[in-house]
Amino acid sequence: MDGNERISRLLLKQEVDEFLYYEADLLDARRYDDWLALLADDVRYWMPMRRNVKVDDLEREFTREGRDISWFDEGKQTLTRRVRQIQTGIHWAEEPVSRISHVISNIRLLEANPSWAEPAEVAVGCRFLVYRNRVETETDILVGKREDLLRRVEGELKITRRRILLDQNVLLSKNLTFFF
Amino acid sequence: MASTNTTGYRRGLVDLGKGQISREIFVNDEIYQEELERIFARAWLLVGHESQIPNPGDFFVSSMGEESVILCRDRAHKVHVFLNSCRHRGMKVCRYDEGNAAVLTCPYHGWSYSTDGRLVGVPYFREAYHGSLDRSRWGLAEVAQLCLYKGTVWASWDPAAPPFLEYLGDFLPYIDLTLDAWDGSDGGTEILSGIQKWRVPCNWKFPAENFSGDSYHNISHRSVDLAGIGPSGSGRRDMPELLMARKLHIAFPEHGHQTTSYLLPKEVALPPAYQHSSVVSEYFRECEEARRNKRGDWGRMIALVGEVFPNTAFLARQPRTLAAWHPRGAHETEVWRWFLVDRNAPAEVKDFLRQYYIRYSGPGGMTEQDDMENWNYAHAASRGTIARRYPYNYEQGTGTEIENYEWESFRVPGVVCDLTRAKSSEHNLRNLYRRWAEFMEADRWEELTSGRRLGRAEAAE
Amino acid sequence: MATTRKDGYRPGLVDISAGQVSREIFVNEEIYREELERLFARVWLFVGHESQIPKPGDYFVSGMGEESVILCRDRAGKVHVFLNSCRHRGMKVCRYDEGNTPVFTCPYHGWSYGTDGQLVGVPYFREAYHEKLDRSRWGLVEVPRTYLYKGTVWACWDSAAPPFLEYLGDFVRYLDLTLDGWDGSEGGTEILGGIQKWRIPCNWKFPAENFCGDSYHNISHRSVDLVGIGPSGTGRRDMRERQMARRLQVAFYERGHQTGVYLFPKDQATPPSYQHSPEVSEYFAHCEEERRKKRGEWGRLIGSPGEIFPNTALHPRQPRTIAVWHPRGAHQTEVWRWYVVDSAAPQEVKDFLRDYYIRYSGPGGMTEQDDMENWNYAHAASRGTIARRYPYSYEQGLGFETENYEWQGLRIPGTVMDITDAKSSEHNLRNLYRRWAEFMEAESWGELATWRLARAAE
Repeated sequence: MDGNERISRLLLKQEVDEFLYYEADLLDARRYDDWLALLADDVRYWMPMRRNVKVDDLEREFTREGRDISWFDEGKQTLTRRVRQIQTGIHWAEEPVSRISHVISNIRLLEANPSWAEPAEVAVGCRFLVYRNRVETETDILVGKREDLLRRVEGELKITRRRILLDQNVLLSKNLTFFF
Repeated sequence: MASTNTTGYRRGLVDLGKGQISREIFVNDEIYQEELERIFARAWLLVGHESQIPNPGDFFVSSMGEESVILCRDRAHKVHVFLNSCRHRGMKVCRYDEGNAAVLTCPYHGWSYSTDGRLVGVPYFREAYHGSLDRSRWGLAEVAQLCLYKGTVWASWDPAAPPFLEYLGDFLPYIDLTLDAWDGSDGGTEILSGIQKWRVPCNWKFPAENFSGDSYHNISHRSVDLAGIGPSGSGRRDMPELLMARKLHIAFPEHGHQTTSYLLPKEVALPPAYQHSSVVSEYFRECEEARRNKRGDWGRMIALVGEVFPNTAFLARQPRTLAAWHPRGAHETEVWRWFLVDRNAPAEVKDFLRQYYIRYSGPGGMTEQDDMENWNYAHAASRGTIARRYPYNYEQGTGTEIENYEWESFRVPGVVCDLTRAKSSEHNLRNLYRRWAEFMEADRWEELTSGRRLGRAEAAE
Repeated sequence: MATTRKDGYRPGLVDISAGQVSREIFVNEEIYREELERLFARVWLFVGHESQIPKPGDYFVSGMGEESVILCRDRAGKVHVFLNSCRHRGMKVCRYDEGNTPVFTCPYHGWSYGTDGQLVGVPYFREAYHEKLDRSRWGLVEVPRTYLYKGTVWACWDSAAPPFLEYLGDFVRYLDLTLDGWDGSEGGTEILGGIQKWRIPCNWKFPAENFCGDSYHNISHRSVDLVGIGPSGTGRRDMRERQMARRLQVAFYERGHQTGVYLFPKDQATPPSYQHSPEVSEYFAHCEEERRKKRGEWGRLIGSPGEIFPNTALHPRQPRTIAVWHPRGAHQTEVWRWYVVDSAAPQEVKDFLRDYYIRYSGPGGMTEQDDMENWNYAHAASRGTIARRYPYSYEQGLGFETENYEWQGLRIPGTVMDITDAKSSEHNLRNLYRRWAEFMEAESWGELATWRLARAAE
């Protein structure tokens, strides 16, 4: 990587950090319509379930995208429906509304195409900690890894693919009414 | 009828005459302990699906009541269900969810068991045990009874329990509505890979009664109806075919099973459904036709939800699923949900359904999310000293049951409550608790099956 | 006196004459479950303040014991307290903290209740119930006894309990020290918006006994005294006026209520206080004068912490607060704290006091923080097999109580312990547990309302 490339990469890293933190702010401020606007029209949003399997059988750890049952296997249309449901005001599982914070960390740029200097797409890895507290004392802490593919559309970054790897087997929350 | 023999568990807790049930049976820790003995150690429970263990050595770790069990297929292809606990010092022999193994070796002291449950390996058998341990007596504990039915695997710990098919009785054709393919072909379903498992902070009977046929909780799901996830674009399900049908609550008082089902009219063609995809729409149209041809009048019956006593639920109509409400203490339930599709459906149909299922069911499901909120806080608000003094009301539709229900020349098995006009009833819920109370009071299986003889005697009069 | 008839709950657990109380009553889960039945389902509990629900349809979700209740004002302006649980399938009808509504609609099956508790909406009443459901019998469960007193709302689940004012007896005059304006005007207080709620890992009786008048835990608060948050700049409170007063612990044996008080001398002016702000200082000087005029001898009395049996705490002197110790299992307490100011005080005074209150009380309060540390670890260190064998000592000042205490022409109602010279005693704490044991043993209110027996005997 030459000097120019390194600087391009650094600038891109800064832009991606800001983008992911901004996205977390939108979710935590319940600005769901603005959040939807960050998603590409062909976005894939997927959270597999995870199995306890032997160490030599780990390819079976995750349920498969597009084939198996998962926690989420979504496109923009269904994510929009999920937002609309919260906005009805009678989605009892989110009414009274939850208090949620997304803590995003360990952000790393994994790949940029075609180049660091002029990336049309960039793959990003990170960790998430989603804290949810609702009604009086209900508290969920969900931690895991995320792999995002971001695409530049008319100068703006959009999320085109999100893989959410939650570090749980039996889900310890009664529902997943929120976004990762 | 058997149910009239008993007025309830510890008279007063379950008072079906008045249509009232004490909150104690949901929140009392002592009653819960008794349930583990009297219900979960005696009844038939769903443990899994054969397609989860197609090959010799395949295993799937399941649950019966609070206990972990291993569902596995031995070398001779025979299916077994074992208690997941080493006989030596009780260690959980298998801590994986699924896999394939030649032997199951306990990680504590190394006793190992073959897939037919025999104790085949004992470290220092010669040196430390001097060869005198009787290995034939120390195999994995196996369930007393096992039954494979159209792919599903059921088990009971009680050797005195009636065989599974007798346990189901005439409820069997209703189970078929979930396990047969939509075109009526026998057992033509398979499960999608990936069993959803999650916890809900409520007693297991809240979801059990809900799936017994709670026809009354429409307000719960209004938000998803507004958002619209139905396979034709609106609501949460495709409903037009149901509007021309009779909506029935069907209960089996002697068995404790019940379902909400729809009986379609004889000669009317079904309105189109699944209109979001022409392939899917066409598939279901063809299936409807084929089923009517194959099944005759039974082909007019479509089940919605139902419950095999005590804790196995089915959703027979897409999203087609089986669920087990595993008790985890009086105040928590672990739900396991298996998702079913027609084995012979085209890939596009399976894929369409899979996506619809995920949107509808489970903790991410836009419909079920709101159910769990209700079960959670109904339970929480019933635990207090004062709250326990006020029984729940189950009187909806009392006295409107019909013994020999028939419509357009089809005689429906079971005791029926016709909800077409009534919209809702608690007939099925009463049936669940009637049987529950009988189990809690009966010391022996003879008492639990005596209702059948009595019923026959009454019918003979 | 009634109390001498008994040696304690299950003799040995509460031994008042020996000044010993077993740790079991704090950490034993069976005893805790019995408390829920025998105590919390029978006593009068504080549920809120009328000013929280000024308009018809206003509601505030409160707690009684472990249970959620709805305090609300119906269309006719009447105040009600309901169990927050649908009669049909138990769902928590209201999951909000406060608001305004014409009806409470259960989100499960849609039964809806008017703000007067009546079941007004039953989906499919005609179709599914064939109009047979007797709606008049399935309204929200209402607390059978409620009482409004100078803005405060009290409720009791037991229809056999004596009326609230009889339950208080002469202690009502001490409750007034929190609820009247500082100038002595009747009920001249209001609450500030925002109820603090937080959890402490200890049995509810630790804070309860502390607020009964634990006059002994000065070491706890030394750090805040050193830092200085008092309204005149030092210590944690203004103390000068109290140095000339008699310091008393006042207990009501038959009722289980108790409080600390300061009794000022007859003919001396109160020294200046709240000197951080001339306006506040002036306001309190004026109030002191007014109160003395209005209340006569009784105007010489100001309160310090007290407790209405079993779990409502009063902090009558600034920071003026009312707290409820909600039990949440044997090992956890949820504290709810309401903050009280004179309704007629100038805004600057209210602002000054609000700032001071937040510095002093609650989980952010520099004084209360150290209390909670003690309650937490006193409880934790008392749970063990061995620890439980060793009772706590409550013998401080045993035998020094005075029945007809009088000083400079004012006779003080209640059984008094003068701790002006003694500095401290456990008189009030013994009184709490004496009454507690009576409740745990008594099968009916007939046994508990001992004052009625005495009256009948006369």
